Amino acid sequence: MGFFGKMLEGIRKTKDNLSKKLYYAFSARALDDEFYDSLEEALLAGDVGVAASTEIVDDLRNRVYERRIKKPDDAKELLKEILVESVEYEVEPYSYPLVVLLSGVNGVGKTTAIGKLARLFTEQGKSVVVAAADTFRAAASEQLEVWGKRAGVRVVRHNEGADPAAVVFDAISSAKAKGTDVILVDTAGRLHNKKNLMEELKKICRVVERELPEADFRKFLVLDATTGQNGVQQAEVFSEAIDLDGIILTKLDGTAKGGVVMAISVELELPVLYVGVGEKIDDLIPFDAHDFVDALV
Amino acid sequence: MSVFENLADRMNHIFSKLRNKGKLTELEIKQAMREIRVALLEADVNYAVVKDFVAAVSEKALGEDILKSLTPAQQIVKIVNDELVALMGSTHRKLAVSDRPPTVYMMCGLQGAGKTTMCGKLALYLKKQGKKPLLVACDVYRPAAIQQLQIVGKKVGVEVYEAGQGDPVKIAAAGIAHALKNGFDPVIIDTAGRLHIDEKLMKELIDVKREVKPAEILLVVDSMTGQDAVTVADTFNKTLDVTGVIMTKLDGDTRGGAALSIRAVTGKPIKFSGTGEKPEDLEPFHPERMASRILGMGDVLTLIEKAEQAFSKEQAEKLQKKLRENTFTLEDYLEQLDSVKKMGGLGSMMQLVPGLAGKMGKQEIDEEKIMRSKVIIQSMTPKERRNPDIIKGSRRKRIAQGSGTSIQEVNQLLKQFEMTRAMMSRMQKGGMKGLRGMKGMPPGGFPF
Repeated sequence: MGFFGKMLEGIRKTKDNLSKKLYYAFSARALDDEFYDSLEEALLAGDVGVAASTEIVDDLRNRVYERRIKKPDDAKELLKEILVESVEYEVEPYSYPLVVLLSGVNGVGKTTAIGKLARLFTEQGKSVVVAAADTFRAAASEQLEVWGKRAGVRVVRHNEGADPAAVVFDAISSAKAKGTDVILVDTAGRLHNKKNLMEELKKICRVVERELPEADFRKFLVLDATTGQNGVQQAEVFSEAIDLDGIILTKLDGTAKGGVVMAISVELELPVLYVGVGEKIDDLIPFDAHDFVDALV
Repeated sequence: MSVFENLADRMNHIFSKLRNKGKLTELEIKQAMREIRVALLEADVNYAVVKDFVAAVSEKALGEDILKSLTPAQQIVKIVNDELVALMGSTHRKLAVSDRPPTVYMMCGLQGAGKTTMCGKLALYLKKQGKKPLLVACDVYRPAAIQQLQIVGKKVGVEVYEAGQGDPVKIAAAGIAHALKNGFDPVIIDTAGRLHIDEKLMKELIDVKREVKPAEILLVVDSMTGQDAVTVADTFNKTLDVTGVIMTKLDGDTRGGAALSIRAVTGKPIKFSGTGEKPEDLEPFHPERMASRILGMGDVLTLIEKAEQAFSKEQAEKLQKKLRENTFTLEDYLEQLDSVKKMGGLGSMMQLVPGLAGKMGKQEIDEEKIMRSKVIIQSMTPKERRNPDIIKGSRRKRIAQGSGTSIQEVNQLLKQFEMTRAMMSRMQKGGMKGLRGMKGMPPGGFPF
């Protein structure tokens, strides 16, 4: 099954929920207030959030008016257009050496995503080292080591409770010595309102910038697709602390819609780069705005 | 968006606007209802639940009596409060206990909800009640899940039964046999996280349930879950007939809307909430208190309970005496710092005080600041601690040097000490009302 197939399979369940409501909305006879209300409701039910939903609906209203559209079916194409525009970004290709740091709140799937990313890079013929900088959660390093074995990559780890920045330092030294292309940094889950932990994250970033200034350094937020509007705060606060480059949306194989990505996109202009669609090691795929929206609407 | 810290702040804002108006028109009430709708939606309450809720409140609020009443705003707050309580259930529901030991609690939920961490917290909670719990590791899928449970178990001093990555049903049964033989009761079973639509894994849970006949099946839900919380909870409930829900990660700035929706849709009570990363960060869930917290009316009962856990009775009596005799010193203050730290910091306490909830804004629990305050006090001589008035220029300089801080910081600490002393004697005299009369907080915030 190709990437597209997997994405479709992953999103199919998402579609079941959101698009059922959208389907009802678009089965309206006229583009009246009732139509827009039910459209807004469908978006709200998909975690798109009040602000973004209102913006999307208003935008649609305007375009429908400008282009003198009468039929709900044509409005549907317009909606797709708006949705694609709101999640589509030009992302600069990676250069190597590359450092990818994953951050996020607890339980979103950072460690799993690291394992999957390791596989993605090794498949492209890149050498990979993983820094197990989650030294807080019980057995996090052990979990990462299992993933490391599955992906066939080195894992640099210290004991539980060690300084995460020191783990990253060692991983960088190891990468320098061996000429490794990609350094993946797993960090401990942290609730974004814990000040000290956010400072710790900044420190890790400083170490990377100091030790490997020539590297392409990407900082991603891992976001659980079931997250609600709190996802916007997460993106906001992590962005403020470490200037995020994008989002990895995990657990899209459930019934959750990941609609909060729209809200984040509208408010913060952060691109989604990968989506997680299953538990197997190759279940992480690059994000495609058209596929995402096509499958959604 | 970040202007409003949480649902409580939003509600507070809406109601204070109403209160300023005296008499209300129908239009003003409708406007308030729209704002309540947005506040609830942004708190991730399910849209269908919001719709019903707002309809119910509107119907009552638009009744003739309220428009004519002299205090319509208060009445609306009351209506919203009543509806919230109705939505969340009214009283705390304790964990069930089996007639025949061991009592079995089975945990279930999606991946990453926080089941394993919660198992440890629950085990500690039960252990503190004088029980001898056993943890059983039935998450045979996630890499290192068993190790994680073992580490968690070790931290809270509770034995963990594991049998490698075999059949979870057999492991659960063996775990219970082990408990029976060795006198463990209750037994907490940790299961693997799974998607509610994964039929094979959901069937496995049914098999475990049939085998162990749990007294409680507890669904663990991440409080940050969005609209999908309802689908997840509903499916787990239909498959397993869960007996209760535990909300995790409520210490974030999550507005906790998922808690509202789940209760409304499944009718199953929320029994506990996880409020931090430490094993003791577990709170029994009291719906009626949550309702007043959401409405910014504070939660005195939880505050008192927290205080009781952190202070011993003798300590409290000693403190009262000192306040009465006005002999509260920096030594006592030092003791207070430790107690407050145990209670989760002053910021989180203030959120529970009526009238102050929502008004405090962000009060970071700054462990570092507590530490600095402690170091400063520890750099004083016993005489200075008992008699802060004698700390003048040269003493301040010496204390600053001794504690590796600055004179400004020493000054700040002394000022905060004075403020705390004043606040405490007010609380002593006027109860919570005295606190409400406090105008303004100390400059630079509290040392917590």
